[in-house]
Amino acid sequence: MFWKAVYVICMRDIRRFFREKSQVIGSVARPAFWLVIMGTGFSTVFRSETGTYAQFLFPGIIGMTVLFTSIFSAVSIIWDRQFGFLREILVAPVSRTSVAVGKTLSGCFQSMIQGAIILALSPIVNVRLTPVMVIQVLLLIFLASFALTSLGLLIASRMESHEGFNLIINFLVMPMFLLSGAFFPIQGLPVWMRSVVAVNPLSYAVDALRGVILGVYEHALATDILFMAGFAVVMTTVAVTAFTREV
Amino acid sequence: MITAENLCKYFDGLKAVDGVSFSVKKGEIFGFLGPNGAGKTTTINVLCTLLKPTSGTASINGFDVTKDPHDVRRSIGLIFQDPSLDDRLTAEENLDFHGMIYDIPKSIREERKKELLEMVELQDRRKDLVKTFSGGMKRRLEIARGLLHRPKVLFLDEPTLGLDPQTRNHIWSYIHQLRSEQSITIFMTTHYMDEAENCDRIGIIDYGKIVAMDTPEDLKRMVGGDIITLKTTDDEKAEKEIGERYNIHVRRDEKGIHLEIENSEEFIPEFISSFSTRINSINLRRPTLDDVFIKLTGHEIREEEATAKDRLRERMRMRRH
Repeated sequence: MFWKAVYVICMRDIRRFFREKSQVIGSVARPAFWLVIMGTGFSTVFRSETGTYAQFLFPGIIGMTVLFTSIFSAVSIIWDRQFGFLREILVAPVSRTSVAVGKTLSGCFQSMIQGAIILALSPIVNVRLTPVMVIQVLLLIFLASFALTSLGLLIASRMESHEGFNLIINFLVMPMFLLSGAFFPIQGLPVWMRSVVAVNPLSYAVDALRGVILGVYEHALATDILFMAGFAVVMTTVAVTAFTREV
Repeated sequence: MITAENLCKYFDGLKAVDGVSFSVKKGEIFGFLGPNGAGKTTTINVLCTLLKPTSGTASINGFDVTKDPHDVRRSIGLIFQDPSLDDRLTAEENLDFHGMIYDIPKSIREERKKELLEMVELQDRRKDLVKTFSGGMKRRLEIARGLLHRPKVLFLDEPTLGLDPQTRNHIWSYIHQLRSEQSITIFMTTHYMDEAENCDRIGIIDYGKIVAMDTPEDLKRMVGGDIITLKTTDDEKAEKEIGERYNIHVRRDEKGIHLEIENSEEFIPEFISSFSTRINSINLRRPTLDDVFIKLTGHEIREEEATAKDRLRERMRMRRH
């Protein structure tokens, strides 16, 4: 019954995801705009021996999409609360843990779908992908999204209405997004900024993705994976506890 | 089927439910009647395991609400005051979600889904998104959903709030049908007096306490006789005159002067002929639950006002479309 409940919760989100045509179109258009416009715009000021700016940006855009998809998917719980559907879930004879796990997995699957769409844009930036690389990227997306969705779930379980949502976007998601190494190399940053980068799970996700796709690493791949896995385990535990306690 | 003993729920010192005790038999329709904020919804939330009681105990179908919440949830169906459907899914998908999460095998699920959609007359709209439904259709779909897992006890929180009279009658005929076919136990809340008349027994609740509990008929018997409403050219003077001449219960508000009289047929002719203040209109009627409520609590049940949250909900919905 546990896994069936997880499946049902997860399938509902996936079904809704595909039903929103504008969302699906947006999920292709947004990264494409970033890649083409930013990639071209900065190409003149960005010098690197390893490739063009658009290529440098490519894994970052995947990271950005995973971040937004994961957080949005988790905080959809706030909307469910506001529109009443959460009560339908909470009075059902299923454990709160299965609800939390279902939500987390749905975030992961949505991120993987979006990630796959962006991978299909790789010819635009002249990145060559092998099937093995695609699988590696999707697995990394799963791991990163697990960590980030759990973080979102923790926030959602503490939030009553969508009013605090802007606060999260401005003071959590935006800094995470900007200080992840997605847009510029982090080596030249001042120490205080680098310390933010060092605790930001997204920087490890971006680094791992860049490593797999372009072969350029800041850390070892194992370090990236370990940090994200550790973050995911801690966040999931805290988020499930918080979610179980609230009613 | 349902028992509550000295149930209390406090929110930061506010006594939302303050020592409520009652029991409901199998197959009974029991109603909580009271104004908004009287503690009706909070009581339901405690009974259906969405809130933990501050003190006291409650059990449903023999299961304690705090000790065996899982068994309680399996025994109950809920129809909420606020819509709780996923409006981005179709009617059928909402039912499927419910059926799967309550672990109903697919073949039984399909059969009941068909039966219930026919009952609530939504069979031909089953493939439409819920966001295209009217308020009445949504409520009917919620009723179908609440019954899909064949609950022993059905909770209805203001089941017909904001619905037109036709839909209200419709919903009430389902409820009576259900009770006679499945001997389902029904616990409902309402602040509509005429709706409360449908219950076998009513608990009148005000400020978190049950002030009276009985059948609608016996409750109405608490009001002594009939109600006469009087409008005069000078209500204040008239009230004084009645007070001096008769030893009866008088109440005055903007609608006029209200008297409770036992032998009203004999009283009226005598009263009119000898009353010195000019009478503009006089009205005689049987007591309603409204009168019972006023007699017991000293105030009227106020009409529903949209809360800030409801307004927000509406606004959000408009923006999303």
